Amino acid sequence: MSAALKVDRITLAYDGQAGPRAIVDNFSLGLAAGNIGCLFGPSGCGKSTVLRAIAGFEPVRAGAILLNDIPISTPQIHLPPERRKVGMMFQEYALFPHLTAAQNIGFGLRLWSRADLQARVAEMLALIGLPAVGPRFPHELSGGQQQRVALARALAPRPALLLLDEPFSNLDADTRERLTDEVRQILKASGQTALLVTHNEFEAGVFSDQVCVMDARPSP
Amino acid sequence: MRDIRSVGPGWRLASLTIALGILVPILALLWLAIGADLSASRGRWAHLAAYVLPHAALNTALLLTGVGALVLVIGTGCAWLVTAYRFPGSGVLGWALLLPLAMPTYIVAFAYLDLLHPIGPVQGAIRWALGFEGPRQFRLPDLRSMGGAVFLLGFVLYPYVYMGARAMFATQPAHLMEAARALGETQWGAFRRVALPMARPALAVGLSLALLETLNDVGASEFLGVQTLTVTIYTTWITRSDLTGAAQIACTTLGLVVALILLERHGRKRQRFGSAQRMRAIQPVRLQGSAAWAASVITALPVLIGFVAPALYLAWESFKRMRYGDGVSAGLISSLGNTLMLAFGVTVLTVAAGLVVAWAARPMGSLRNRAAWQSGIATLGYAVPGTVLAIGLLTPALAIDAALASLFQQPGLPLMGLGVVLVVACTIRFLAMPVGGIEAGLARLPLALEQASRLLGETATGTLRRVHLPLLRPAIIASALLVFVDAMKELPATLLLRPANFDTLATWLYAEAARGTYEEGAIAALAIVLAGLLPVVLLARKVMQFENKETGTA
Repeated sequence: MSAALKVDRITLAYDGQAGPRAIVDNFSLGLAAGNIGCLFGPSGCGKSTVLRAIAGFEPVRAGAILLNDIPISTPQIHLPPERRKVGMMFQEYALFPHLTAAQNIGFGLRLWSRADLQARVAEMLALIGLPAVGPRFPHELSGGQQQRVALARALAPRPALLLLDEPFSNLDADTRERLTDEVRQILKASGQTALLVTHNEFEAGVFSDQVCVMDARPSP
Repeated sequence: MRDIRSVGPGWRLASLTIALGILVPILALLWLAIGADLSASRGRWAHLAAYVLPHAALNTALLLTGVGALVLVIGTGCAWLVTAYRFPGSGVLGWALLLPLAMPTYIVAFAYLDLLHPIGPVQGAIRWALGFEGPRQFRLPDLRSMGGAVFLLGFVLYPYVYMGARAMFATQPAHLMEAARALGETQWGAFRRVALPMARPALAVGLSLALLETLNDVGASEFLGVQTLTVTIYTTWITRSDLTGAAQIACTTLGLVVALILLERHGRKRQRFGSAQRMRAIQPVRLQGSAAWAASVITALPVLIGFVAPALYLAWESFKRMRYGDGVSAGLISSLGNTLMLAFGVTVLTVAAGLVVAWAARPMGSLRNRAAWQSGIATLGYAVPGTVLAIGLLTPALAIDAALASLFQQPGLPLMGLGVVLVVACTIRFLAMPVGGIEAGLARLPLALEQASRLLGETATGTLRRVHLPLLRPAIIASALLVFVDAMKELPATLLLRPANFDTLATWLYAEAARGTYEEGAIAALAIVLAGLLPVVLLARKVMQFENKETGTA
């Protein structure tokens, strides 16, 4: 079931030689269940770092990240990524090259029964409009097909929240325009809460219900 | 709170144990040399410093200097010739120059001692050609000398320099050499002032590897009568049963190892010429006439001396033994079995330990992995000579054995007797190969694969099993092959740590050479060389693929 996201005054930093250096300071964001949000800003402003913190790959130095009012990241609490029920679509798709499209989509369903898993994979392949690509390996798919398989893989375990890290940046302009619309329809059809990161104004406007603009980080 | 920089407590603990385990023999060695019995060790040190060390240290320094100079000249010269020129055989020689890597130093010494014997085939043929009747009228200088050792080790160890130099020359942008020529330099001047200094980091790495191998060698030096530090450690322990003295010499050798590593670091200092940009590589010039043939002869000689001649000799001797002699004895068959068993055990343990360390120390994107230092420690063993490692392991191993014996009330040395200590020694020495290989494999996999798996509900260990292990299979198999072959060839640590009545092919050969009986030694040597050819063939294939990519003929 989709969940509401609350990012409450978080600080993110990396370990520099002279101690921690803030990348994002006192940042907040709220996203209602079923809504699609967008983090929009120039390169280097820290929007991908925020996304990685929500996914559980960056520690939170101050503040809190809550999913349906349950804290998943604070300076004291860190729920491991695999227990957050957060799905993610990566910029480079990150499809496992040794697994077929169907095996990639079924990767997160290892505790499901065989019949349920197969049914869910078929459902996902139908949802992305590629019912026949199941047996193919990632390198046998076009860029657009790989992107849709990555979306299906992220949606298959029914995540509470889906994160999309510049998912359209590797596509040509025509495909990008078409897929932006298609992916939005798929997410809306399944009532999925989602947060997109982009530096493309067109994507930010067309794809999301609400846009959060991040400024460039001031140079130290 | 569980730190997201860690990779799971189990992995961290296992990796930490391995890293600390590597340090145990070195610490034990220092304790033995200095701390165990201060007044006795001081007295021993005075004796060693007066009568043993000066001679052994001088010999080692001369050997290192001579071998260093020879491998630099052969390795760099041949690499430049096959990269910058085309001449008859240059294509084949490009990979054939790697072949001496399959030839352990003690085997090449073993073969040449017989081959160049005053009444052997080579000197006989020379006398026949010149019309002399006996060795009293004509003989070549004795191979059992410092000169002989430098000559043989140089012609077997030059591929370490050749490999790195070749890769550097092949990737240097052509326009730099062209700029030097346009500024008035000759071809030789451009090589000396541009290509050579740019290759310096690679030459430093290759040189230090060749010198570490020289320090590790015990068989060739002993066969050729050169009392190096390594040989002295062995004889001090085996013939005089003086463990403290052996540990003190081993510490001196360790000092040399540290000096060599520092020298290598210095050679590479502030030298990063690697370029991410793809630029036009040096295009080889076709040589004509006598220059072409001279280049062919110069580059073929190291292959002939370092591989073809000793390999043919071993094949011929083995053939004679099989055809006219008694065939293969039961003792040799059992040595082969022992060798394969040892190599298998070492491979399994080393690859497993390498996987643990490489996985625990893997890069984690923008986060600093606090276990990263452990892979640095785990790869130290490769620089420590086998004899030094063995002396360092003896004390802790004997202490554990004594504890085990009293615990189970069984007399004897359970770990030493079962060969466990030998397997551990080889694992420490060869751990750098799987750690390096698997780390390189991991570096090629995008971090997003692990993140995707974790977000799909998989744990770190589950991710390793389902995503990384299948993708790392080629890297794991390649490093397993390297470890297997090196364990088959290993001599110094095996000589010191093997259980009683346990012979491998290498120790069998060593015993034959020590007795001066060459009968079955050739078969044992040939088996080791054939096994050693496997990784060299793989390496040669890689070199050829790389070459095809560079010249666009793939």
